[in-house]
Amino acid sequence: MTTPGAPEARTLLQVSGLRKTYRSGASELVAVDDLSFTLTAGGALGIVGESGSGKTTTARMLIGLERPDAGQILVQGEPLAATVRGKAARLARAKAVQIVFQDPYLSLDGRISIGATLDGVLRLHGHRDPAARAARSRELLAQVGLGERESASLPRKLSGGQRQRAAIARALAVEPAVLVLDEAVSALDVSVQAQVLNLLTDIRRSTGIGLVFVSHDLAVVRYVCDEALVLYRGRTMEHRPVADLLNSPGHPYTQLLLASVPRPGWDPDSISSRRRELAGPR
Amino acid sequence: MALLEYEALSISLPGTARPVLDGIDLTVRAGEVVALVGESGSGKSVTARAALGLFPAGATVGGRVRVEGTDLVGADAAELRTVRTGTASMIFQDPRAGINPVRRIGDFLTEPLRLVHRWSRERANARALELLAAVGLPDPVRHLRQFPHELSGGMLQRVMIAGALTVEPRLLLCDEPTTALDVSTQAEIMAVLGRLQRERDLGLLLITHDIDLAAAACDRIYVMYAGRIVETATTAELFAAPRHPYTAGLLGSTPPLTAPEGPPARLIPIPGAPMGLLDSAPGCAFAARCRFAAPGLCDQSPPPLELHGTALVACHRADELVDAQPNTLMREDS
Ligand SMILES: Nc1ncnc2c1ncn2[C@@H]1O[C@H](COP(=O)(O)OP(=O)(O)OP(=O)(O)O)[C@@H](O)[C@H]1O
Ligand code: SF4
Ligand SMILES: [Mg+2]
Repeated sequence: MTTPGAPEARTLLQVSGLRKTYRSGASELVAVDDLSFTLTAGGALGIVGESGSGKTTTARMLIGLERPDAGQILVQGEPLAATVRGKAARLARAKAVQIVFQDPYLSLDGRISIGATLDGVLRLHGHRDPAARAARSRELLAQVGLGERESASLPRKLSGGQRQRAAIARALAVEPAVLVLDEAVSALDVSVQAQVLNLLTDIRRSTGIGLVFVSHDLAVVRYVCDEALVLYRGRTMEHRPVADLLNSPGHPYTQLLLASVPRPGWDPDSISSRRRELAGPR
Repeated sequence: MALLEYEALSISLPGTARPVLDGIDLTVRAGEVVALVGESGSGKSVTARAALGLFPAGATVGGRVRVEGTDLVGADAAELRTVRTGTASMIFQDPRAGINPVRRIGDFLTEPLRLVHRWSRERANARALELLAAVGLPDPVRHLRQFPHELSGGMLQRVMIAGALTVEPRLLLCDEPTTALDVSTQAEIMAVLGRLQRERDLGLLLITHDIDLAAAACDRIYVMYAGRIVETATTAELFAAPRHPYTAGLLGSTPPLTAPEGPPARLIPIPGAPMGLLDSAPGCAFAARCRFAAPGLCDQSPPPLELHGTALVACHRADELVDAQPNTLMREDS
């Protein structure tokens, strides 16, 4: 968040002209088309859209899991390496961007305790002194509201919310410039989701980490993010401060997305017919 | 006679510390749309399945579940068949889990009619086409010949709704029917369900963890926590004045879509996590997470479901809290 008169915030992430196509046989699907955005220190960008709109493809490109066909990703001014060779390059890329998925098992090792996972990550990233690592582990776990008991537990012994918080602690252990969250709170119960959302808000304020928050849930994006970018069939429909976007959605697709959220006065019949109009003849 | 009526239904499993369901009282009348809301593991699906006479293997079952007067606890095979293939149908969260991936949509829809109800192929096909059109699918004739993987999640969920309607049920049990879908598709599915419910005057029990969806779609809401109903009220009343601290906590944890200018107010999470089957509490199951918990009161006997105003609430302190404004109930420091 920038306050008026404050010096320009540091740029963490610069994405320009990103494009990704998937081919199957003769047909070609443009999953992401001409995507550009900038994220500054302590900023949070929401990426919203329906399933198949290109959200996860975007997240995967941001962490180097998917190679864009065109465009560029700069993390703190440095291009995100398309391929990594050697330990130093791998560590550097890990430090640039970390991701938390909807399924925390993807980032936790099911065979070892949460504490051992964190210890391993810290060791890999050059923390030599075991006592200092243990202290840092405790600090990270405390930051996500977990304690000694959870530290000693295997992932499957924790509740879904605790596991997701452990996955976040693991990502934070790397001290990345940017944290990408791909539907990371979607599977959580609301009471637990609220704990994680508050945690993200606090970490962002206290560490200046940049968040890219991929979600289909507009209310959650409204809570976590300053800006939101609406994807529809791989294209950016609008990219604006999230409050503006919700108060006066400009694009018909954004209007539809907003109208689709259940609340008093919700009219699913009109949403269905508007959706058909928007999709047009196939 | 209510269409669906639970009366003190309790279900216990061996080797667990608390019942899966503990004295469930719940009613759905013909033409009524009722929501059952609660967090993961609270017992919503077990409740819904009981309405088809499906109980977990090895469970001890007490109380009653009646569908159009037939008690499914201890029902015989003929009674079960009447309910399952006639009166009540269920729709699940994941449409792909409920359909054989190597059979055509047409077989899925017509087989129950042909095998159970002895319809001719022509008659069953005609009915399947009619139902595919009724759930708003664009090309019924083609869909009959398609395989499940050729349809999107939203389209396949419509097929499942069509499947649930083949037997012309009076009661539709919908267990998280839209949770796997994005919001716009969710709206479409709810539009289809709403239209069919009105046209056919069905009783509908919507099971969801999304209290906003429950509010938008239902007349009345039951809130469930750790196998018990803790509050039930009309939707309007529940939102205007939640009486149970857990209900208030759910509302306080849900980020609002629209808020006044400026940064959104901080959410007030419920501390801790829902109780598993291996945890038990002698009194109120919510006490460990409740900021109103009073020693010597809330840790005694479980609170009974009692009438407060027009809401039913299970909380020892409901009398005191009933006058509290909702924002007081939800505020961090009381
Ligand atoms: N057949 C079964 N055998 C043993 N335990 C079961 C069985 N079915 C459900 N349970 C347990 O009963 C409890 C209630 O489960 P249920 O599936 O009803 O929860 P739910 O409210 O539907 O949760 P969710 O929101 O995750 O779907 C859980 O602890 C679950 O693990
Ligand atoms: S009975 Fe006591 S612990 Fe339970 S909800 Fe009411 S005040 Fe809270
Ligand atoms: Mg369930």
